[in-house]
Amino acid sequence: MPQIFPPNANAFAKWAILGGGAFFVALIVALPIYARTMNNAVGVPVAQPVAFAHNLHTAQLGIDCRYCHTTVEVAASASVPPTETCMTCHSQVRVGAPQLAAVAASWATDTPIAWNRVHDLPDFAYFNHSAHVNNGVGCSSCHGRIDQMAGIWKNEPLSMGWCMDCHREPERFLRPRSEVFNMAYEPPFDNRPLGLELVAQYGISHEKLYQCSVCHR
Amino acid sequence: MRPQRRSVPLRAVGVLALVLVLASCGRNMAEQPSARAFEASPFFADGSVQQRLLEGTVSRERGGIDASYFSGQDADGLMRDLPFDLTLEVVQRGKERYDIYCSVCHGYTGEGDGMIVQRGFPQPSSFQQQRLLDAPVGYYVGVITNGFGRMFPYASRVPPEDRWAIAAYVKALQLSQNASVDDVPDAALRDLGDSTPTSEGSVRR
Ligand code: HEC
Ligand code: HEC
Ligand code: HEC
Ligand code: HEC
Ligand code: HEC
Ligand code: HEC
Repeated sequence: MPQIFPPNANAFAKWAILGGGAFFVALIVALPIYARTMNNAVGVPVAQPVAFAHNLHTAQLGIDCRYCHTTVEVAASASVPPTETCMTCHSQVRVGAPQLAAVAASWATDTPIAWNRVHDLPDFAYFNHSAHVNNGVGCSSCHGRIDQMAGIWKNEPLSMGWCMDCHREPERFLRPRSEVFNMAYEPPFDNRPLGLELVAQYGISHEKLYQCSVCHR
Repeated sequence: MRPQRRSVPLRAVGVLALVLVLASCGRNMAEQPSARAFEASPFFADGSVQQRLLEGTVSRERGGIDASYFSGQDADGLMRDLPFDLTLEVVQRGKERYDIYCSVCHGYTGEGDGMIVQRGFPQPSSFQQQRLLDAPVGYYVGVITNGFGRMFPYASRVPPEDRWAIAAYVKALQLSQNASVDDVPDAALRDLGDSTPTSEGSVRR
């Protein structure tokens, strides 16, 4: 019976085992890196049942974030406005526009509009808007220039590492309370002197901020 | 003699059972069954976690507070005074809230020329009208709570304390629009520095 495998098949088998192992290790390392850095949906627009445009309503019409996200200063959730808020204006403005058909239908049938979530932390992590907004962290530090977005997308990965970047050194990002809702705020070139002043003024405790139990409770 | 040897398979069975039990809790901790704000839920008929208050719900937090706190009207008609002290902080809070919730239509000075009106919303009357200059502070609280004609009520968006603060600010706004140099206190006038008041009441630099 002739030999099926030539002698150099031994080397092939050896390299296949070594290469396979290396490939396996690379896969284990690369997949989580990919999942954490590339596959976090940053900058990917999310489709919504109504083509609501933040740039039109905030930058052009000058509506404050709090007109619609009413609980952002007092609660954990910023809240997404009910149809009643849209109808405050759209009962008179652009009535019958096809772009607003879903809003009118929601109002007529008394069923909420099913907006798709854009920012969604896993349930084991706790987040609170009021704690940030009242302590000098601006909307744009976490959500980017929402006032220039025609669609809606995440501007930051919202990973634990990203939260910790700020929780370890909040003085790098803090701004005066009066600038929190100012989307166009330009921080000074070196934010630390102002930041440290604000940390003291707002009574922010460095020791507390990086405890696991702040976010995992 | 203790049955040492039999306990090994027993323990193995125990461990295996534990593994099976734990494996059955294969729920993803990222999506826990508890309800979070604004989630969808098959539990309620409208499919939303966020439920409306039932008609006639009485707030325990605000229990015992007079109805006039919300309507701006008591047994003697429209109220002329705030139910709490009028301080500078209240008026400043009122300005902030007015600019957020009202200025888009009524304009920053109350003329009724806000951006949404410029884009086609019906124009409200100017707050400088004699009828509205005469209206007491309670009138404004009532309008915010109940709405007015084509203006929707703001009861679900503006809490009652803020309604009073806004109403106080609107009254201040009306005063400010009809003020002359004589109304400026001497101390504040000095802060204006070298700017000299002219006879028409405007300030020239
Ligand atoms: C006219 C009402 C309105 C105003 C004003 C407004 N928003 Fe929104 N916002 C919405 C609606 C409706 C949605 C949900 C639809 C969507 O995601 O586009 C939303 C969604 C968002 C989201 C994403 C929510 C998610 O699903 O994760 C962010 C972040 C946000 N808004 C921030 C802001 C900021 C910051 C401002 C102020 C510059 C602002 N909004 C002003 C109505 C408004
Ligand atoms: C304070 C007033 C106001 C509120 C509140 C408001 N809008 Fe608008 N909206 C406007 C105005 C004004 C326009 C632009 C009209 C024009 O074309 O000049 C507009 C335009 C739009 C358009 C574009 C329509 C078109 O012709 O292309 C959509 C879609 C829209 N709004 C959705 C919404 C939704 C959804 C909400 C509720 C979350 C909402 N709006 C809340 C005032 C408002
Ligand atoms: C410190 C970072 C941070 C700041 C500052 C911040 N947000 Fe958010 N925002 C988040 C995160 C994280 C989520 C996702 C929360 C979740 O999934 O529970 C979120 C979610 C939202 C949502 C969706 C609804 C909700 O609450 O889950 C809206 C709307 C929103 N933010 C608006 C705002 C507005 C308006 C401001 C400024 C006043 C603001 N945010 C400031 C981080 C921030
Ligand atoms: C740009 C800075 C910044 C970022 C980004 C940020 N935080 Fe914070 N966070 C703060 C500051 C400042 C405070 C206020 C601390 C205080 O009250 O003393 C705070 C407070 C908190 C608190 C409340 C602590 C308390 O008082 O109970 C929680 C929870 C929290 N952050 C979670 C998060 C999570 C989760 C993320 C990421 C999604 C995040 N934060 C991202 C700056 C930030
Ligand atoms: C500032 C808030 C914050 C603090 C403080 C914090 N975490 Fe987290 N952690 C998060 C967020 C947000 C996530 C979810 C990240 C994501 O979705 O990728 C997370 C995820 C995790 C995960 C799950 C990772 C995964 O991919 O499944 C573990 C484990 C964890 N944290 C452990 C810790 C430990 C241990 C500490 C204390 C040293 C800690 N965390 C402190 C915000 C925080
Ligand atoms: C979406 C635009 C809009 C917003 C926002 C709005 N209003 Fe109005 N308001 C109107 C219009 C339009 C009228 C006149 C209604 C009519 O005549 O049918 C009106 C009427 C009024 C009146 C009665 C004036 C009279 O003639 O007796 C008062 C008082 C008032 N608004 C106060 C407020 C206050 C305070 C706020 C902020 C909490 C506010 N409005 C927000 C559009 C608005």
